[in-house]
Amino acid sequence: MSTQEQPTSFAFKPEGLERAKAIIARYPQGHQQSAVMPLLDLAQRQEGWVSNAAIETIADMLEMAPIRVQEVATFYTMYNLKPVGRHHVQVCTNICCQLKGSDEIAAALKSSLSVDFGETTPDGQFTLSEVECLGACCNAPMMQIADDYYEDLTPDSARAIIQTLKQGQTPKPGPQNGRINSAPEGGPTTLTTLSFSPEKA
Amino acid sequence: MLRDEDRIFTNLYGIHDWRLSGARSRGDWDGTKAILERGRDAIIEEVKTSGLRGRGGAGFATGLKWSFMPKVEGPRPHYLVINADEGEPGTCKDREIMRFDPHKLVEGALIAGFAIGAHASYIYIRGEFVREAENLQAAIDEAYAAGLLGKNACGSGWDFDLYVHRGGGAYICGEESALIESLEGKKGQPRLKPPFPAGVGLYGCPTTVNNVESIAVVPTIMRRGSGWFAGLGRPKNSGTKLFCISGHVNKPCNVEEEMGIPLKELLEKHAGGVRGGWDNLMGVIPGGCSVPVLTKEICDTVLMDFDSLRDVRSGLGTAAVIVMDKSTDIVRAIARLSHFYMHESCGQCTPCREGTGWMSRMMNRMVTGDATLEEIDVLEQVTRQVEGHTICALGDAAAWPIQGLIRSFRPEIERRIKARQSTKTQAA
Repeated sequence: MSTQEQPTSFAFKPEGLERAKAIIARYPQGHQQSAVMPLLDLAQRQEGWVSNAAIETIADMLEMAPIRVQEVATFYTMYNLKPVGRHHVQVCTNICCQLKGSDEIAAALKSSLSVDFGETTPDGQFTLSEVECLGACCNAPMMQIADDYYEDLTPDSARAIIQTLKQGQTPKPGPQNGRINSAPEGGPTTLTTLSFSPEKA
Repeated sequence: MLRDEDRIFTNLYGIHDWRLSGARSRGDWDGTKAILERGRDAIIEEVKTSGLRGRGGAGFATGLKWSFMPKVEGPRPHYLVINADEGEPGTCKDREIMRFDPHKLVEGALIAGFAIGAHASYIYIRGEFVREAENLQAAIDEAYAAGLLGKNACGSGWDFDLYVHRGGGAYICGEESALIESLEGKKGQPRLKPPFPAGVGLYGCPTTVNNVESIAVVPTIMRRGSGWFAGLGRPKNSGTKLFCISGHVNKPCNVEEEMGIPLKELLEKHAGGVRGGWDNLMGVIPGGCSVPVLTKEICDTVLMDFDSLRDVRSGLGTAAVIVMDKSTDIVRAIARLSHFYMHESCGQCTPCREGTGWMSRMMNRMVTGDATLEEIDVLEQVTRQVEGHTICALGDAAAWPIQGLIRSFRPEIERRIKARQSTKTQAA
């Protein structure tokens, strides 16, 4: 990583600082180090990535050695240690998605964004990443963009999602083929005979 | 087939309201105070006699695990840690509990926490599950507001706090001691055992780590009785189970079924059967990617529970059923898993750190056939060098799929190598 892209300082915005304090309070006194992952996430949500300056600020807040925070930031894959595009498109290619055609999804995304895995579009709008299992295997193939899952993809629906984002709109998350969450396509085979009376108390 | 009345996860598909009022209409939080009034020992005994075995993969008896906690709280507080770091490829059940039935987990946490003498509990949820963590947090907030959590939870006299802790995308944190390390704000590297978490766990304190599904079924077991739960399934393999059916079936889905259901019935009743018909089946990974693949002959008759699958040298694991039809490139599928384990090795133990990379590179050559026939045995030997020589089970999990591949599909690997060699000879 070139050093010139590292900012010289980092500070949480006031609402972030409030949030950070609330997070630290979840853990017993003397164990504030437990807050390191949530704080790294908070910093990333503010800046889009985790800079060395953010690592030092967090180390200071939690009374940790910066190297300990650095260790955590580099161990876990979700912390971006360099800037990523505005939309981080993360495609699962693990076994269940592979069996259901993630090769074609990956190819469609690469061609529609004109980038390879690990690359960002020149306009800084999209970063495309290959990721390990995201835990939505009954709705494979799938991808994650920001905080949302897009499931039951086809090359066409994957391209459509990118197109929607390019137009500045938010695509509808979840299954893209109209099915109900992880129920079998066409409707559930179970839980069809129950009805629930509204809460009395 | 399991009757709807006997299903625990009645909002599995998110059709109904997941919030407190909806959860209450489905029976959650009904008489929780009375359950707690039965006392710690009675609750642990009820869970023991239900036969509940851990739903996270290892299948250890949940009630027995609880009984390992000190009977009386000493100077060190007790902790309940709930493993929601769902990341075993093929597994997507805890996600549904947390986003559509979060109150089952929250209520279960209170009952389990009380039973092991814990006043605080952390739910460690994988970082990518942002929406699921939001629903879970909303459910916790509702429970606090309704007096179900916090000081004097449910009017029981027991104080209980429940927190959500988001992970950062590391599969290894699903291993309980790595999860504890991670929760303490460190790299998620497994600890040597003993000591076990019940003695020295989170912050050096007595800790029980349970899977989401194990905890979420507890309130229903307490309400309907251990006899009801133990009456479902087979002896030592009791109750209901969430199955995640993925891959080459006509209708992939999550479904709650009785333990011990025949695999064929499970796939045909709920998942629309194997793509192209049962005879088009090549193999099934029955419990998430860490358990060996079953050949079709075994799939024809095998029952889906811990002991039946162990008897055929595989395992129920997380009950993530990955179906592969005859169009599957099985060598590539296993090579993809090898890549996964290389990516997820925490780097602590040399056999795993070096071995997973070595095995992955070797498997990639097996996919294209760019290897020699002798190297199949070399690969098999290397898996034996990794297996059993590491602190945690990730090394074993990386070795087993390759061993299963060589055991069941060796002719296919050999065919590729010979084909590649003959093209090379022709080219030369």
